[in-house]
Amino acid sequence: MIKKEMIAMLLAGGQGSRLGVLTAKVAKPAVSFGGKYRIIDFPLSNCINSGVDTVGVLTQYQPLRLNTHIGIGIPWDLDRNIGGVTVLPPYEKSTDTEWYTGTANAIYQNLDYMESYNPDYVLILSGDHIYKMDYEVMLDFHKKNGAEVTIAAMPVPLEEAKRFGIVITDENRKITDFEEKPANPRSNLASMGIYIFNWKTLKEALLAKSEEPNLDFGKHIIPYCHKKGAPLYAYEYNGYWKDVGTLHSYWEANMELIDIVPVFNLYEEYWKIYTKSDTLPPQYIADNTVIEKCLIGEGTVIYGEVYNSIIGCGVTIEEGTVVRDSIIMNDTCIGKNCEINKAIIAENVEIGNGVKLGVGEEVDNETDPHIYNHGLVTVGEKTVIPDGVCVGKNSVIAGNIKSEDLENMSLASGKTLIKAGDEV
Amino acid sequence: MRAIGIILAGGHSNRMRELAQKRAISAMPIAGSYRSIDFALSNMSNSHIQKVAVLTQYNARSLNEHLSSSKWWDFGRKQGGLYVFTPIETSENSNWYRGTADAIYQNLEFLKMSHEPYVVIASGDCVYKLDYNKLLEYHIDKKSDITVVVKEMPEGENVDRYGVLKMNEENRIEEFEEKPIVAKSNIVSCGIYVIRRRLLIELIEKANEEGRYDFVADILIRYKNMKRIFGFKLDSYWRNIASVEDYYETNMDFLKKDVRNYFFREYPDVYSKVDDLPPAKYNVGAKVKNSLVSSGSIINGTVENSLIFKNVFVGNNCVVKNSIILNDVYIGDNTYLENCIVESRDTIRANSNYVGEGEIKILIEQNDRYSI
Repeated sequence: MIKKEMIAMLLAGGQGSRLGVLTAKVAKPAVSFGGKYRIIDFPLSNCINSGVDTVGVLTQYQPLRLNTHIGIGIPWDLDRNIGGVTVLPPYEKSTDTEWYTGTANAIYQNLDYMESYNPDYVLILSGDHIYKMDYEVMLDFHKKNGAEVTIAAMPVPLEEAKRFGIVITDENRKITDFEEKPANPRSNLASMGIYIFNWKTLKEALLAKSEEPNLDFGKHIIPYCHKKGAPLYAYEYNGYWKDVGTLHSYWEANMELIDIVPVFNLYEEYWKIYTKSDTLPPQYIADNTVIEKCLIGEGTVIYGEVYNSIIGCGVTIEEGTVVRDSIIMNDTCIGKNCEINKAIIAENVEIGNGVKLGVGEEVDNETDPHIYNHGLVTVGEKTVIPDGVCVGKNSVIAGNIKSEDLENMSLASGKTLIKAGDEV
Repeated sequence: MRAIGIILAGGHSNRMRELAQKRAISAMPIAGSYRSIDFALSNMSNSHIQKVAVLTQYNARSLNEHLSSSKWWDFGRKQGGLYVFTPIETSENSNWYRGTADAIYQNLEFLKMSHEPYVVIASGDCVYKLDYNKLLEYHIDKKSDITVVVKEMPEGENVDRYGVLKMNEENRIEEFEEKPIVAKSNIVSCGIYVIRRRLLIELIEKANEEGRYDFVADILIRYKNMKRIFGFKLDSYWRNIASVEDYYETNMDFLKKDVRNYFFREYPDVYSKVDDLPPAKYNVGAKVKNSLVSSGSIINGTVENSLIFKNVFVGNNCVVKNSIILNDVYIGDNTYLENCIVESRDTIRANSNYVGEGEIKILIEQNDRYSI
């Protein structure tokens, strides 16, 4: 009979709407990060590096990019005879067919998948955080304490604690209480959305609460287990962990990789981050270029100047162009004599010659000031920007842009221009 | 599929100097991210040849490591696969491969057990792209017994290290001389052949009976008048790596835009083992001009007209000029390198100064990385 001590369930169905146009066509876990990676590479690599070789990936929102990225799991060594990676989308049932309506509901709908591996423990992960964690150490902690549920939690500054779900523990890290986004937090331990459950406890809780609408771990399952008197523990994590939920935090987390010795080090030999690499060739750096404080992916060709930026794979930056403080994702081409400041440019974008991004005064975004802020310019994937266009700050631009879409070939700061349709 | 593949990867050359101590030529790192055998393997895969044998002998550890999984080239299917054959001792035979024909003879079972009508034989030390189906069609068209891929070298180039041949107006090969003292033409053999499988078995068995072991001398040259042997002209990029100079120049060719685009951006791709290295990183003080830089590298100094292979560290105030830095090299601060090839996994002490004068300097400093 098949037996896996611990299997992982990776929640990757969310849109990540605060990433704006970046997640218009892809689920947040499939968004590029750090030049060549995608966000989901971090939890998947953590799994295989921790010896967890059975991972169910729950997808729902725009799964195409995610599915092609994961494939049969070869890059993470998750192509296994028994176990490995399985993509679990919502499916039709003979009765009540429904979408995944909440984090725990998604897991509930896949009880059969988990059952088939006969696990002792189930690890619940989310696909939108950047971190390195050894889940085996967390499991040891779980076992040592005789816990039924262990929640990974990290200390945050007290003033920021009100943005998180907070756990309150005794001196043995046993959880005594919870607070969801408290006004006056009683502890600074924030839940990271990473849980280890005893399989029996999880199954019982999911079945008991299955009727709950929008069944959620934080709101329903964990409180249910707590109320029932099950021993809950908090596993304190003190490493790097970044929720890249907003464009600004996404930009910041990328920029932190450029530091001389970054807090989050991709160059460690013994905790490699794996990804599907489509591009193999080395990058070519031409004469008359300046490259300072950059990460640059495979197959990229640079003729211009690049400062303080993260450049993906297969990118072309032509001569005379100056790129600063920007993130440029895979297979994007930037023409000659452009000026790119503090921009996030998605995949397969074509930018003409003499284009200026991120110029002028900062003005709040007119449509979504909570998404497009901090002076960033965001360019959606497969966008085409014609020659000579000028784009201001806190702006967003997407689609096949023609000169007639613009006034005086420019998009002022704070403007939103998202052209629907895929016409080329 | 109509053909199976054989890649001859056993060779070595003294003209590779110290570079040969570490690996067979087929395993030489090329163009930043590849090994020379990747070109033949990718051509096989892109030509839908699904069953390929690699014959190795000389210093094959590095090559075997590279071939430890066949999935990178899309082999490892239910039909076919990638086979690595090193010489084995049996009750009848305890010889090493005594030549290319003998290498095939010792693995004749592979040919006999196959059912595909043709065999494509390639060597693992050439850099090129070729759809072998075109070669096969030409072979069938010409009613050829053996077809040899040939390349017309530029007028005046020294070709005495190649097999030099002369063809008639039909492209039938009339003269064939291996490493001639005085070359009679500038058309050379690329070491890529197509032949009917049954004919190959017959010729190889016959050669073995007669105690002959070399494919070129004992089959191609010996049978050139008896069999219909044709040349297939290759017009695209092709280079053979047999000496340090070839190796250096081939790598430097990738700094040219047309060569780079041909191999890196034009369909089909060249595949290689994936190493899961992070993107290359440029810190303050990095000055890079006309160079190729591979993933996992960290650059703090000046790099000009050079190839930086994978996972290389270039220290502060270093200058690397016209050089090739192979995989996993650490270069300490304030080092000056010019016209050098730095052997892989090496560690260069800080404040070193090496200049290749007159010829390319091969740098092997076996320092222990963690003691300096």
